[in-house]
Parts: sequence; C-alpha cells; structure tokens
Amino acid sequence: MAQNKKANNTSSRTLPKAPTGIQGLDEITWGGLPRGRPTLVSGTAGSGKTLLGLEFLVRGATQYNEPGVFMSFEEPVQDLAKNAASLGFDLDRLVAEKKLFLDHVFIERSQIEETGEYDLDGLFIRLADALQRVRARRVVLDTIEALFGELSNPGILRAEIRRLFSWLKKKRVTAVITAERDHPNGLTRHGLEEFVSDCVILLDHRIREEVSTRRLRIVKYRGSTHGTSEYPFLIDEHGISVLPISSLRLDHEAPAQRISSGIPDLDGMLGGKGFYQGSSVLISGSSGTGKTSIAAHLVEAACRRGERCLYFAFEESPRQIIRNMRSIGIDLEPAVRKGLLEFHAARPTYGGIEEHLTLAHKLVSRSQPRVVVVDPVTNLIVVGAQHEVRSMLTRLIDFLKARQITAIFTSLTVGGGPPEASEVAVSSLMDTWLLLQSIEVGGERNRRLYVLKSRGMRHSNQMREFVLTDHGLRLPDVYLGPEGVLTGSARLSQEVREKAADTVRRQALESRRRELERNRQIFEARLALLRAEFETEEEKIQQSISESELLREKLAQDRTLMVRSRKADSPSGSKEGRAPGPRAG
Amino acid sequence: MLTTKTNNRARRRHQRRRKPEIWKLRLYVAGQTLRSIRALANLKALCEQHLKGRYQVEVIDLLKHPQLARGDQIVALPTLVRKLPVPVRKIIGDLSDTRGVLVGLELRERG
Repeated sequence: MAQNKKANNTSSRTLPKAPTGIQGLDEITWGGLPRGRPTLVSGTAGSGKTLLGLEFLVRGATQYNEPGVFMSFEEPVQDLAKNAASLGFDLDRLVAEKKLFLDHVFIERSQIEETGEYDLDGLFIRLADALQRVRARRVVLDTIEALFGELSNPGILRAEIRRLFSWLKKKRVTAVITAERDHPNGLTRHGLEEFVSDCVILLDHRIREEVSTRRLRIVKYRGSTHGTSEYPFLIDEHGISVLPISSLRLDHEAPAQRISSGIPDLDGMLGGKGFYQGSSVLISGSSGTGKTSIAAHLVEAACRRGERCLYFAFEESPRQIIRNMRSIGIDLEPAVRKGLLEFHAARPTYGGIEEHLTLAHKLVSRSQPRVVVVDPVTNLIVVGAQHEVRSMLTRLIDFLKARQITAIFTSLTVGGGPPEASEVAVSSLMDTWLLLQSIEVGGERNRRLYVLKSRGMRHSNQMREFVLTDHGLRLPDVYLGPEGVLTGSARLSQEVREKAADTVRRQALESRRRELERNRQIFEARLALLRAEFETEEEKIQQSISESELLREKLAQDRTLMVRSRKADSPSGSKEGRAPGPRAG
Repeated sequence: MLTTKTNNRARRRHQRRRKPEIWKLRLYVAGQTLRSIRALANLKALCEQHLKGRYQVEVIDLLKHPQLARGDQIVALPTLVRKLPVPVRKIIGDLSDTRGVLVGLELRERG
C-alpha cells in the first residue's frame, strides 16, 4: 500500500514502523511498532496492557491520522471509555468523529452450546466491518485469549487465531494483541507468541517495599534494533510514559539564562553569572567537604527568588539538613513552610534504581520544580551496578533537561586516586563540575574548591579556598604561596603579614598627606600676610589720590568764583583767557 | 443444575398445557459454505421433528449484513440463536450433533 511506504521513509530502511505516540516507547523501539503487522503485548493482570492498547489507538487517531478499532474481549465499551478518561482520553468524541471504533466481544458461557464444526468467521466479519467503518489502520485485540475461557475447543481456537493474525497482516493493519501472562517463564497463557513473530513486548508490575513499579521490556523485535533493558514506565493522567524519555536523542533546549549559585564569589568563578538554567551540576568531594552546603546555598537562593525546589536526600533526614544548614546561616525552614522547597528523603536501598527513577519522575512531574538536588547521587551506586546508575542518571538528566530544570548532584568521592577518575561514570554527563577537596597543610584540614569544568562559559581556573562561616559559605581572597594557594592559618598569617605591610604603606602615605597639608597651610599663611601688606599699601595710595583730587576741585571752584567777581570781562573772555588765579596774581 | 432441571420440566409442562408457543430461531451463517448449508439442513430436520408447526427460522448471512453480528454477540459461525422462548440460547457449530442441539435448545435434558 502506498500509504505504508509513504509514512515510513523516516524510520529504519529494513522495516516500516508505526509510531505509537507513547512517550518513550517510540525511542526504545526506534520508531514504533512494525507497521502492518501484529505486535504481542503480554503482561500480568493489571500491568497496563489495555491502557497501552488504548493509547496506541488514541495517539494514532489524534496524532498520526490513523483511525483504529479496539476489540475488547473483557471490558465492556463503557468501562473502556471510563478507564481512558482517567488518562485524559475522550473515547466517545473519537468514536463520534469516526476515528475510533469500539467493539465488545462477549460470549456468555452459560448460554452457549457447541455442536459440531465451527469457525470464528463471526469475529472476522465483525472486525472487517469495524475496520471498514472507520477506515482503520490500527487494531487492538484485548485480550483475545479470553475466548479460550468461553469456547471449549482449543484446537479450533488456536487454528482460528492463527488465521486471524495472518488475516490482519493481509489487511495491513498495525495490530496490538494483548495476552495474559500468568507465570514468569511463559510469555502468554495459551502460547500466542507462536503466532506473533515480529514484535513482543512484555509488561510487568511489581511491588517491592510498598512501591509499585511498572516495567516494559521488548523481548523481541524482528528486523529492528531496540532497547533491550527493562524500562520503568508510568501511567498517569497524561497516559503512559516509558522512562528513557529522550535518552536516545539529544535534542534538549539550551537556555542562555543563568541561575545564581547563591554564593556571589562562586558566581564570580562561573563567568560572573552562575550556572546555566537547566544544566546539570556535579559537586563532588570527599566526606565533610561542604557539598551539601553548596547545594543548600543554591536551593536557598532559588527559593528566595520564589522558585520551587525538590531535594532528594539519600543520606540525611530533612530535619538534619535544615538544622545543619542553619549553623552556617542558611535557613531553609521558611522555604519548606511556604511549600517552595520539598524534601524527599529515602534510604537508597528502599528500592531498585528504577524505583528511584520512577519516583523522581513522579515527584518532578507533580511539583514542577526549577531546581532538583540529588544528595548524594553516589548512594544510589549501592543499589545498582555502575552502568545501571549511569543509565539511570542519563535518563534523569535528560528528563530534567527536557524540562529545563537545573539539577545538582552531589557525589562522595572515596579517598585515594585522582578525583577525576573516580566519577568517570557520571561526570561526562554533567555540564558543570565543582570539585571540593580537603587539604592538609601545617596540621590543618582546609577546604578548597575549583571548577573542573563548566560547559559554555568562561570559568575561573583558580583553586579557591572556601570557608563555612556563620553567614554562609565564603571564598576568601586568594593568596598564592610558594606551594600554591594558601589555606587556613597559612592564609591567615599571610593575610596578617599583608595587612601589616599595608598598614605601614598606609601610614607613610598618611604622613605625606599630612605634610602636604601643613605646607599648604604655611604657604597660605604667607600669602595672607603678603596680601595684608599689599592692602595697607593700597589703602595709603588711595588716600593720597583722593586728597589730591579734592585739592584740584577746590582750586577749580576758586577760579570760577574769581571770574564771576570780575564781571567786566566778557563771559566768553573768561572762558578763553587763562586768567591767573587770585592767589597767583 | 437441579433447579434448572426442575425449571425446564416445569416450563415444558407449562408449554404442553398452553401451546402452541412459537419458537423463533435465527441462524447466522457466512455465505453459502458447505458448513452453513449443512447447518441449515440439520436445523430444518430437527425442527420438523421436534417443533413441527410452531417454529420460525430466520437465516442471516453476515456477509450481507455484517452489522448484525454485534447485536447477538456472534463470534463463531454458524450460530443458532433461540430468540424465543426466553432466555436466549446459542448453539454454535454445524448442528450435526443432534443430541447436543436438543440439549442446547432445552428440548432435552442434559446428560
């Protein structure tokens, strides 16, 4: 069929596939179920077979424009719709839109008598009719084995079921056939796996220490690569999600926003702005180096900004963490009370690695945090083998990254050997790696921190001492000694020395400044004296000037008077002639 | 089982007294296969012998009316459905086992 070819040019060249649309399942099957062929989904009671089938059809109808038929041999149609509603699927609407057809096949054992030969043509006709009504491309038979309980001739049934599967192949519909698994060795109760040779998926539902985990495993997928491990999966209000999420792909967003570490000095080392939002940060160090303190700083800062945080504590109880952090001036209590900070404390051995992953997934989905702390991630290694831990962390990191959640993992390094080597398993997954060390110098144990790597930023290459004070963590100024960065008392004495030298320098400067001031004062005093002398002189001269002015005016007046007294003279003459003054005549 | 027996006995006495009650039978087949032809022949012979004059047989070919299969929950073919008298009974197969058919139609006691 042309449609088959067209829809599959993206997937593997050997086998056309039909994407299920189920979160995670298409990743581990590398594209979906074998198109146009039946897939067997087997599992114990309550393992989620029916829901997987339903979601396969609903996603097909809504996302891939492939209508489907659900033939139920167990649950009535109304119950199916009700169950599907719990996953957020509206079956009635899909049925009304002719994207889905539901049929409940039901045989009342007490009503029926078998006489002579028969076949299951009735079932074939019903299915053919249903397929034709919605032009179905997908079919789910859930659980056809129920027929074995209703009809007494297993020989006929097996032959007919075999015929049904090859009929489905001929019809080129992608089919999911569910089957009950009742003991751990077999796959199905009635050996249906004989008839379905292309793809077999096993579902499992285990309860361990009161935590239930669902798992999915692809037992067989002919002609295709597939993930082979057991993948935990969840059923929640958004349907099924198998947990590799996007671990086989690398396509997360890479936000440029930064998030402060809560320690200004440390932000300074990280290009001045802190971590990238949505990055994964590993803080490793031996015991007592302050890993939790650094994590707590970040959490506290995030909560102060009003962001939600989720703290997985695998070593200490929340109360203990809160108390201990209070001793260095970080109070997490208000954030807890406001509901911004949520602790989840558990013994790492309470369940398998998948349980932890599943739980983390659930909690993160529920509380939608911006920051997640796993403290310490190393305790999980107790539970799983190294590669398991790595794969779990990969999944967790991918999951968090996809949601742009900043993840802080603390890791306890064991003494001996280079620290870089001891975390080979996880460090390559991390974007930023802070290494904390405790160093012994001069009878002291001091703490030192450096940024071993931090992708995508110019981070400091300096080893810094850090101290835990009553007011949080502080990175004091760096003092380089002959043997590198000075720490503890060596730093303190260096600090004192430098302070003394500084004091001397400052005093010298001060005295010079005082001398200058003194000189200025002397000079100004002199200047004032000179000005005073000058002013006296000026005053004298001014006085003599005004005296002689006055004299001149007086003379001029006298002359005028004299002219007036000699009236005989023409007035003009008086002006012209330079008559001698009375005193001069 | 005992109660069923007594009920059946009672019903048959009842039927004998207030006959004729019409039996409504419906035979589902898929096309004119050997098996469906055989089933119909077996049914006719049986009805003539045991229900003469008080039965109606409706043959439904699901190839022509596939939508009818759902109503009577037909899975296997051929299937004979006794619509009346109630309760509904179904007999699957080519009806070659006459004794089994009579038991299925409650015309004869089991065993």
